[in-house]
Amino acid sequence: MPKLTIDGDEIEVPVGTTILQACEHAGIEIPHFCFHERLNIAGNCRMCLVEVERSPKPIASCAMPVADGMVVHTNSEKAVKARKGVMEFLLINHPLDCPICDQGGECDLQDQAMAYGFDRGRFEENKRAVRDKDFGPLVATHMTRCIHCTRCIRFLTEIAGVQELGATGRGENMEITTYIEHALGSELSGNIIDLCPVGALTSKPYAFIARPWELMKTESVDVFDAVGSNIRVDTRGGQVLRVLPRINEAVNEEWISDKTRFAIDGLRRRRLDRPYAGRRGARVEIDWSEALDTVADRLRRVPAERIAAIAGDLCDAESMFALKELMVGLSAPSLDCRQDGAKLDPQCRAGYLFNTTIAGIEEADACLLIGTNPRWEAPLINARLRKRHLQGGFSIAAVGPRLDLSFPVELLGEGGDTLGALAAGEHSWCERLRAAKKPMLVVGQGALARRDGGQVLAMARAIAETHRLVRDDWNGFNVLHHAAARVGGLDLGFVPGPGGLDVAAIIEGCRSGRIELLYLLGADETDIDDFGSAFVVYQGHHGDRGAARADVILPGAAYTEKDGTYINTEGRVQLGRRATFPPGDAREDWKIVRALSGLLGRPLPYDSLGELRHRLRAAYPTFAAVDRVGPAPWGEFGRAGPVDPAPFTYPIADFYRTDPISRASITMAECSDVFLVHHGELPAWTGTRG
Amino acid sequence: MLADKDRIFTNLYGLDDWRLSGARRRGDWDGTKDLILKGRDWIVEQIKESGLRGRGGAGFPTGLKWSFMPKQSDRPTYLAVNADESEPGTCKDRDIMRHDPQKLVEGALLASVGMGVHHCYIYIRGEFYNEAQRLQAAIDEAYAAGLIGKDACGSGYEFDIYLHRGAGAYICGEETALLESLEGHKGMPRLKPPFPAAVGVYGCPTTVNNVETIAVAPTILRRGAGWFAGIGRPKNSGTKIFCISGHVAAPCNVEEEMGIPLKELIERHAGGVRGGWDNLLAVIPGGSSVPVLPKSICDTVLMDFDSLQAVQSGLGTAAVIVMDKSTDIVKAIARLSEFYKHESCGQCTPCREGTGWMWRVMERMVKGNASAAEIDMLLNVSYEIEGHTICALGDAAAWPIQGLIRHFRPEMERRIIEYREAATRRRVAA
Amino acid sequence: MNTPGPSPVFEQPESFEFTPENRKLAEAHIAKYPPGRQASAVLPLLHLAQVQSGGWLPKAAMDYVAQMLGMAPIRVYEVGTFYTMFNLRPVGRYLLQVCTTTPCWLRGSDDVVAACERKLGIAMGETTADGLFTLVEVECLGACVNAPVLQVNNDFYEDLNGPATEKLLDALRAGNPPPPGSVIGRQASAPITGRTTLTGLPAKPAADRSRRNRKRT
Repeated sequence: MPKLTIDGDEIEVPVGTTILQACEHAGIEIPHFCFHERLNIAGNCRMCLVEVERSPKPIASCAMPVADGMVVHTNSEKAVKARKGVMEFLLINHPLDCPICDQGGECDLQDQAMAYGFDRGRFEENKRAVRDKDFGPLVATHMTRCIHCTRCIRFLTEIAGVQELGATGRGENMEITTYIEHALGSELSGNIIDLCPVGALTSKPYAFIARPWELMKTESVDVFDAVGSNIRVDTRGGQVLRVLPRINEAVNEEWISDKTRFAIDGLRRRRLDRPYAGRRGARVEIDWSEALDTVADRLRRVPAERIAAIAGDLCDAESMFALKELMVGLSAPSLDCRQDGAKLDPQCRAGYLFNTTIAGIEEADACLLIGTNPRWEAPLINARLRKRHLQGGFSIAAVGPRLDLSFPVELLGEGGDTLGALAAGEHSWCERLRAAKKPMLVVGQGALARRDGGQVLAMARAIAETHRLVRDDWNGFNVLHHAAARVGGLDLGFVPGPGGLDVAAIIEGCRSGRIELLYLLGADETDIDDFGSAFVVYQGHHGDRGAARADVILPGAAYTEKDGTYINTEGRVQLGRRATFPPGDAREDWKIVRALSGLLGRPLPYDSLGELRHRLRAAYPTFAAVDRVGPAPWGEFGRAGPVDPAPFTYPIADFYRTDPISRASITMAECSDVFLVHHGELPAWTGTRG
Repeated sequence: MLADKDRIFTNLYGLDDWRLSGARRRGDWDGTKDLILKGRDWIVEQIKESGLRGRGGAGFPTGLKWSFMPKQSDRPTYLAVNADESEPGTCKDRDIMRHDPQKLVEGALLASVGMGVHHCYIYIRGEFYNEAQRLQAAIDEAYAAGLIGKDACGSGYEFDIYLHRGAGAYICGEETALLESLEGHKGMPRLKPPFPAAVGVYGCPTTVNNVETIAVAPTILRRGAGWFAGIGRPKNSGTKIFCISGHVAAPCNVEEEMGIPLKELIERHAGGVRGGWDNLLAVIPGGSSVPVLPKSICDTVLMDFDSLQAVQSGLGTAAVIVMDKSTDIVKAIARLSEFYKHESCGQCTPCREGTGWMWRVMERMVKGNASAAEIDMLLNVSYEIEGHTICALGDAAAWPIQGLIRHFRPEMERRIIEYREAATRRRVAA
Repeated sequence: MNTPGPSPVFEQPESFEFTPENRKLAEAHIAKYPPGRQASAVLPLLHLAQVQSGGWLPKAAMDYVAQMLGMAPIRVYEVGTFYTMFNLRPVGRYLLQVCTTTPCWLRGSDDVVAACERKLGIAMGETTADGLFTLVEVECLGACVNAPVLQVNNDFYEDLNGPATEKLLDALRAGNPPPPGSVIGRQASAPITGRTTLTGLPAKPAADRSRRNRKRT
């Protein structure tokens, strides 16, 4: 390991470390703009210059590997002078519009200018003006502010895998542009706003809304997919104004999807802010006691076997647990959290988890995708697959209709028939699986949410077992969920009890009259026309599909309005935190269920979230292991039998509108319009049109 | 003066046949097979002994550069010949390529043998369309005659040359920008390390050499390192093509001995300064990038790397731009500032922003529309660019201005005073 | 000639495709580079596309080249806007490129510019109404000892002055381009006053067949 001296202190760092990294290691921060640890090194901003003895010129520390015996001065006169010079150059053509710039208060250039800027300018010429570009409904541009660090270009090209942004022209006329103006076609485009060190790229929906110092910051977890991206929710006066990523190397690194970031205007629209009774057309506002009495009354009168409950995609574990306990107390066995009808087997946890883990993808060397479009079902898992692809030596194949995942994928077939050959080891691609040291497969809900889903699952298990995907030191079997609530629901057994009906049977029961009372806990993705004459209770936060059909509406809280536990597709337990209060009379969901249980005369044994969690963790210890993931034991799951050769279909038809919140979002509607509808057809890989 | 028998480029002016037959008559491709068979180490050793330094501007010892190429490589290795001749004042490679192209082709082969390279790309500036046609014809002739290709000169050595045309970008003369451009990207210089000898074109070890450097190699190997080393001065040996442009009676290219006095060079070959030596104002001795020299230095300075460095300038490409006393020296340098602003790739902050700034200030300096303090500011800005960028274009933009201020500050101050006075007079009159 | 984007004042053709002849040439260019490195051929292919399009590079041509080379279009736009030889808007039949960098300026490039502007009635960057001439200023063309230099399409005209420039423009307008090179009859870069070196060689060059191969872009 090379030994070097930085500002008089000797340190030893691994071979290949850059001077900048070594300085950080030594606790010395080097200012920089273009350098970003997750992007390729550009070395163009020149802000990180340091003095290295025996080198005639100052050295860009971000790009220079350390050498043994190097003597580095980060704060010598020469180094500081060089940086001050660079800062002056950055500022000469940068507009003096900080007072009207959204980056103000969280601007790298502003911050560094405090340290390295002069108190007056020497530049007497006219400043450069650059025409703004149209990057679509999410990213606002103010290109005169651009300092040409190229982070945005590198992010989209390298991480997002869409080559749409570039730098045209040259010299002082160089411009960041798509050239032919069009919206950036990436589900991760909003990250360039965070990456932009100045105010050139800002959030369009957040324009002129707030200053950073006015915001309350709450660390939480995203629910728009099952990745469980770590987020920070910024609020002011009870309103969620923006969502930013938090770093979690194991989950989302430091990125979030555009839906996670931009769907939040949906939190302010179509909200259920008080209880209602009556179907649409005859709906009346009622108060809580009346609403709860009505529901309790029904629950008392309807026989338990004629009661059913379905939990939706955004539910926190606490509310599902409470509802499950309520149902069990009533001896009503028909409950299900698999509202899409996926034939997931709750008996074996390894059979419904993303066992490899998201970070584990980086160790894999072969990957088979079965009926999944990770780019839309989990954009950050897709980004991780791409990251692994870029490292080389990673073969990826897919079974399902053709997709553009931003990395090359070998298409083996479209439907279930291909799986048989793979399971039998007869398919030519099996060579790759056999040659791989750490092979993995990913089954999506598109493959499982169909009549033969259980057989597909069994087939996937067979492939895993045939090709030794599951070993003591490696589990390459993965189920990719796209619903934040799903794994939590399965883990706490929100599935049919003995003699209970699953989702398909519940809906069939509603139609036939066998089910008389249906309790929808934020379940909006089922077909409401099929509920027959059943009395429908909808508990949730948005006036979406479920509420439209409901006979009684119990207004609940959205994810930013409650403390809740979510388990991501890997089986990672994470805590969402309340950033603001539910609107109007809406209440946190577990409390609604708890109140109902009281009216029924069988109160659930907890009066606080802490007590609820204590009982939940006692019943299901999984929930106690917050922020950890452990191996799940392998077992039997799936259902033996033939698989339908029909092509798999992907579950998401419109990435931007997948749930009650994003469907209420104007921003997401615009995205859907710009990216999908205006492009004529939806791109070929999207399956059907939403 | 160099004797004609010691000149390498005997068809510099295109008086003789440029084709293979003519080249052979002039001695090219004579015994090349034997030179190849003497082997890699011998070639590098000879070039080292000859003292040849790169003719593209930086003057790096060529033999040493060749020795950096890996002895063993599991990847292909490349020679890239830099024919992107764009440094203002410089037009020597053009003459080699249009009048003596076989020297370049043979040199590319021998240099490649010296480095164990089997593939050579010649990157020629796009504007040299006719020169490219000529060079391609020469390459085709060499292939047809079996001099290069599967079995170069019957030696068993496999060697291919490809011609690649640029498309208008001075920066592609910077070796790593050239490689970027060759790969189909914008010509933006790469960070070093890694150096091209480790990671060059297509990520493979690559050496980039100037046309003239490569074209002199065969003659050195044929006539012996000692012959070349015996010409010129220690560490500054050999012959060199000088391009003499500007205010001389007879601008021309000429091959001369390294270390020839500047005055002798101009008077003997270019018909002297227009209006006589005493009418000389200044000379840019090595292409636009090197600092200008006033007459007092030109009187005695010798034309080689070390002599010119000693007077805070440089030999560069040996492009001598002569300016007589009628020259608006501030404007002459301001035009170079515009050139560097135009040719900055835009990658590094100091160069992207600084070249435009300096040019705009220089334009005001031409008129005198500035304050005297801005001369020091300009100098200071040039120092903030110099040495702070990925490639040397930033330095090249800074040096002409530094040279101007070093030697012609009184002229700049005079204009500023006159401009002030004229403005005052106008105000009073109004 | 770089502009930040396609300008609305002229029409971009809807589509572009190489002629069979150019396609063959393009494939020959691609073959110069190792497999998988076909992006290297972007400059030669853009040159070809520009010639085929009459001296300028439409967006459709860049898209076509991108597709042919398996490059993202933006990467080709970057290249097309970086290099000055690519004209992103239509140009006249004769693209007059006057070098005005210091060595040419010292030898009177101002007179060449003035002659062009006066004779053609256009300013820098403009095209004559008849579409015959486009006048642009360029940086050093690399023929400095033959300054001032004017490049007309592919050919250098050297040792110019004002009147000689006007004469050249007349000849071009008449469709009768003179042979390129020195307009004062100098032998390449040799001193006009007579050679001081290589005096053993004949005064006039051996027969030069290369000029017949010249092609207009």
